[in-house]
Amino acid sequence: MGLSGIEIFKKLPKTNCGKCGVPTCLAFAMKLATGKAELDACPDLSEDVKEELGEASAPPVRTVVIGTGERAVKLGGETVLFRHEKRFENPPAFTLFLSDKMDESEISAKLTKFKETSYERVGLVLRPAMVAVKGEKDASGFMALVEKVCNDTDAALVLMNEDADALSQAAKTCSNRKPLIYAATMENVETLGNLAMELSCPLAVKGNSLEELAELSEKLIKMGVKDLILDSGARTAGKSLEDQIIIRRSALMKKFKPFGFPTIVFPCEMTDDPMKEAMIACQMVAKYGSIIVLSEIEGHSIFPLLLASMNIFTDPQRPMAVEQKIYEIGATDENSPVLITGNFSLTYFIVSGEVDASRVPSYLLIKDTEGLSVLTAWAAGKFGADTIAPFIKKCGIEEKVKHRKLVIPGYLATISGELEEELPDWEILIGPREASHLPAYLKELSA
Amino acid sequence: MTFEIPKVSYSGKIKEIPLGRGENIITVGGESCYPFHLFEGAIPHPPKIAMEVYDKEPEDWPDTALEPFADVAGDPVAWARKCVDTYGAEMIALQLASTDPNAEDTPADEAAAITKKVSDAVDVPLIVFGTSNTDKDTEVLKAVCETCEGKNLIIGPLGEGNYRAIGATAIGYKHTVMASTPIDINLAKQLNILLGNLNVPDDKIIIDPTTGALGYGLEYCYSVIERIRTAALIQEDERLQFPIIANFAKEVWKTKEVKLSEPEAPLLGDQKKRGVLMEAMTAQCVLLAGADILVMRHPEAINLVKESIQDLMIKGEG
Ligand code: SF4
Repeated sequence: MGLSGIEIFKKLPKTNCGKCGVPTCLAFAMKLATGKAELDACPDLSEDVKEELGEASAPPVRTVVIGTGERAVKLGGETVLFRHEKRFENPPAFTLFLSDKMDESEISAKLTKFKETSYERVGLVLRPAMVAVKGEKDASGFMALVEKVCNDTDAALVLMNEDADALSQAAKTCSNRKPLIYAATMENVETLGNLAMELSCPLAVKGNSLEELAELSEKLIKMGVKDLILDSGARTAGKSLEDQIIIRRSALMKKFKPFGFPTIVFPCEMTDDPMKEAMIACQMVAKYGSIIVLSEIEGHSIFPLLLASMNIFTDPQRPMAVEQKIYEIGATDENSPVLITGNFSLTYFIVSGEVDASRVPSYLLIKDTEGLSVLTAWAAGKFGADTIAPFIKKCGIEEKVKHRKLVIPGYLATISGELEEELPDWEILIGPREASHLPAYLKELSA
Repeated sequence: MTFEIPKVSYSGKIKEIPLGRGENIITVGGESCYPFHLFEGAIPHPPKIAMEVYDKEPEDWPDTALEPFADVAGDPVAWARKCVDTYGAEMIALQLASTDPNAEDTPADEAAAITKKVSDAVDVPLIVFGTSNTDKDTEVLKAVCETCEGKNLIIGPLGEGNYRAIGATAIGYKHTVMASTPIDINLAKQLNILLGNLNVPDDKIIIDPTTGALGYGLEYCYSVIERIRTAALIQEDERLQFPIIANFAKEVWKTKEVKLSEPEAPLLGDQKKRGVLMEAMTAQCVLLAGADILVMRHPEAINLVKESIQDLMIKGEG
């Protein structure tokens, strides 16, 4: 933030060695200035320069990593208040809450659900990210549960205990997993601050108000703790919304350092109704929760939550697009109908959903329309007869089916004549305008 | 340690629009801050929920959505009454879905007669939607305006292609209109300017920015709503200072994910709860973006959202 590419360049070694992945120091400086590269990519920086540049180029909300390896979770790094300004960087980590007060079968069932829950959508893997383990009884029970969870999953962990000794002990045994230590409070801030530094683990800070949170955070920053996660102590939906907004705004608009960190929120402590809990979690997805702790992972609530998070954290600049290819829906054969549409991912989801619902196995040809919807793509010259015809010939559909009937979107009815000229072997059928009429259309077509 | 709450200064305010008539008027709009930002502004009228009623028995709904209305699904009057009497609906949104030329193509006069009956049967404000078919909506909504003169219905969608014809009729018969544009702030503004030029009064306009379902383009709608609100409140864009309606229930309940049963998709959990949450979370997102009226379907989703609105309207506690 703040430094220009040239200013950064002045501090670099100027050897143009290329080890950072770009050919010159200047190019690297430009990438740093726009937030497209990480300082660590250059191995030849002195500690002083690193610190100076790190400070200057850091996003106003620090990026904090919890966990290690493939299941490491990156949080924060945010630079804006509204997603239309620039992409939100790191989606929230949905986190399963476990306590040593739960009985073994409950814990196992919850962990199993946590592990098996994973969905694929537009090439993204969506799943809950972390497990929070809370000690509410004795130290040995807590320790045993932490060990069990460590053995059971590679997911990143949050260790929660009000007993600082029990917490230290548990954190030490699994510090190689880089768990989040929860939480430094007025009572234990020094002990836990030192522990976090000793173990190089991220530390949560919990205040009973924003003022207290700011004070604690400030203290920890002075002690030299780098990776903090903020809990304002709010345990109602309304107060949480307010606190989250104030924290994010303070970091962005005032460069207020004590609030320049990701947050942790607890919908699981705000209601006993799992449906309501899911709604509060959804609120946090939109308004700035980073770690969202849930009492259960159930498909009917975590799936919509993951969708919400995917939606909110999609790059607003880029139209979402799916890959250009033949999608086989159902058990297709050489007589199955063939439909074509554009590669705007919304179009694809809706059309494939309706085709699927029709239970008529079909080939859905998705043509690259640069992520534009059918009509927009047609208007932009990317979905006319002249581009559809070569695609039909090249995509391989002619080898897959015996017939030569192509269903085009109802909105493209005007191009059917032209398309028949370009594709003399094919008969062009005009499908419905709305995807919702596809099931009826396909049933009739295949009858 | 003291720190200063960074506040935003709002120079604009959303217009207040009275819906319905007589003693049963419900006012929407009037905000002078971002959604639920009660620490720095006022929200005189919390967002409202309109319950959907269909003109003909729906064919493609999953059972989980139809079940609460199974006894009234073929009778829009009984359906609307049930929404008000049993579920406490604050408003009704009549979807004239069967008028779609691709569906049953119900004629305009028939649709208007159904609307009249529904409007006579309930006191709450009545929203009436066509099917986004420019020509047919013109016919249907004009007939609706005439037949229900003086009831201050909220009718739409009025688009670029038919705002003149419908707008003029709506003025004549004193209804409120929904200016509908395809997820685009500039088009939304433009249409409101055109409606102004046509002399549609400012207290008779609602913005319908087009809303998709969770997982199906919601992000575009979310951002358009946020941008409209920012323009209205901060940049004093007078032609965007209108309440916003989000008509998403029909989008949510046609997605694949609400239709899959638990045995078909075990990882997606309970089918009914999933559908309810898909709808309620779509609502939650557009609420936080700035919607004033939510068009919703499932009573359980509606309860969740009502509770959420209540919770978010409590200032600063806890
Ligand atoms: S690695 Fe460092 S020294 Fe080498 S080119 Fe990149 S910035 Fe310059």
